[in-house]
Amino acid sequence: MHPAKSVIFFTTASGAGYGLLIWLAVLVLPGWLPADRLFGFATFALALGLITGGLLSSTFHLGHPERAWRAMSQWRTSWLSREGVAALVTYVPAGLFGIAWVFFGTNTGAALVIGLVSAVMAFVTVYCTAMIYASLKTIRAWNNIWTRIAYVAFSLMTGAVLMHALARLFGFQHLNDLGGLALVTIALGTFVKREYWRFIDTTRSHSTAETATGLGDLGKVRLLEAPHTEVNYLMTEMGFKIARKHAAKLRNMVWAAAFGVPFILTAAAVAMSGAGATALSLLAVLSAGIGIVIERWLFFAEAQHVVTLYYGESTA
Amino acid sequence: MTDLPKSTGKKLGLVIDLDICVGCHACAVNCKEWNTSGHMAPLTDLLPYGEEPSGVWFNRIHSFEVVDENSGDSRTVHFPKSCLHCDDAPCVTVCPTGASYKREEDGIVLVNADTCIGCKLCSWACPYGAREYDEDAGVMKKCTLCVDKIYNENLPPESRVPACVSTCPVAARHFGDLGDPNSDVSRLVEARGGYALMPEQDCAPVNRYLPPRPRKNGSDDEMIRAPRMLEYKDTSDDGAGLLARWVDRILSS
Repeated sequence: MHPAKSVIFFTTASGAGYGLLIWLAVLVLPGWLPADRLFGFATFALALGLITGGLLSSTFHLGHPERAWRAMSQWRTSWLSREGVAALVTYVPAGLFGIAWVFFGTNTGAALVIGLVSAVMAFVTVYCTAMIYASLKTIRAWNNIWTRIAYVAFSLMTGAVLMHALARLFGFQHLNDLGGLALVTIALGTFVKREYWRFIDTTRSHSTAETATGLGDLGKVRLLEAPHTEVNYLMTEMGFKIARKHAAKLRNMVWAAAFGVPFILTAAAVAMSGAGATALSLLAVLSAGIGIVIERWLFFAEAQHVVTLYYGESTA
Repeated sequence: MTDLPKSTGKKLGLVIDLDICVGCHACAVNCKEWNTSGHMAPLTDLLPYGEEPSGVWFNRIHSFEVVDENSGDSRTVHFPKSCLHCDDAPCVTVCPTGASYKREEDGIVLVNADTCIGCKLCSWACPYGAREYDEDAGVMKKCTLCVDKIYNENLPPESRVPACVSTCPVAARHFGDLGDPNSDVSRLVEARGGYALMPEQDCAPVNRYLPPRPRKNGSDDEMIRAPRMLEYKDTSDDGAGLLARWVDRILSS
């Protein structure tokens, strides 16, 4: 599948933003986040900025961005529509929670209840994003349980790594707890990505060139002549293919940048303290960000669509 | 709404005979000709005379080689493919705007170009590659089953079939109501063992393909084997002239 830059930016940025939004409410429960107004302002601004930037970016790949509002209407059948609705709805409790925190200096009681609603809606939105891909039967690499888990896991992971760095910038008390949380989510993310790649490396689609043409009874089917001499939309959009050797290298880059380096930097930040630890936690954010962007690029580039069976592939 | 209709009055669709398709691409050309000024017009071409021309086509003809791995015998099958107007069309249900819809009266799957946002998700959901994006118009386009031709009362009744059907020089394409078990197309499917493409994708396509008949060349069965040149001997003397019969007798002795 063709990896569109706008969609990669959308899913990674809004994923991190929603992750941050989830932790903003959930971490108030154990008392790890004080109702610091400046911290509240910075964190809500970052979370909502990532979400809004991502959503706007996602409209850039549309043929008609000015009609994007229409995408809210088909929530009964379309996961893309459900995601749009969930994303819009999330702004309401998130905005109210942010106002209570930043302008009234409170993040407990009624404010926290609204905050938890915002966290639930953020979670629902990320799940809807995952389902846009996971619901497509045509793409084996997406139509599986690991796609759903991965989107949620990486949202929580990037949110936690961001939260850890922000809290260090503001010098809170529970820094090591937040660092520990980041480490747990990175470990979880590593496990999920390993299982995802194991799944797509060891399964094949039920569809083959034989089922695509229905000619399997006669023998092995091979494309003799394509319908035309030039590439068409189907081949550039659905037939985008990455060379196996590049995929292997890029996977290693994901292991290092998305998981390995952030884990080591976060662990080092927990072990030390002060300005050095803050710098390390910020570097962890940078590394995880780069790593997750490569991960998302591969998520598209490694996914094979069954329509390629009509264009010379024998399996999908 | 992009809910699919619970049932459709008719199931209009195509039956494509792979036994007799000669791969001439006339269906694709006439489809382009009709539809570029039809319901989904235009079927944009980009750089049509440039080095890398591309454009929107609703119908494409693939040619496959099928090799029987036991006998090593191979055959060429020309394979036209257009929208299959599925009963459980995933391209309709994934549409976030309702631009993609399936008609309740006849089952034709269409796109409303005025409300399509060009998100391309429908083309991802379709296993058959039936949808093509028009870069220029920024909307998705697809086979309309010539909805502007099959109901067109300005045309003589025999012309009220999709352009690909009316143009096929070998009558490899048939059009009709596949929901009616007594229709000509349904009986043809029944008689010839017509099948659906990729049933495992659970789209319940309406279009059917008729398999190539068992081949005659290469068969061990004398009864169905077509004559081959090496085995051919002219043993008859019907119609031969007096001179030819005399020469034949001299040479045969």
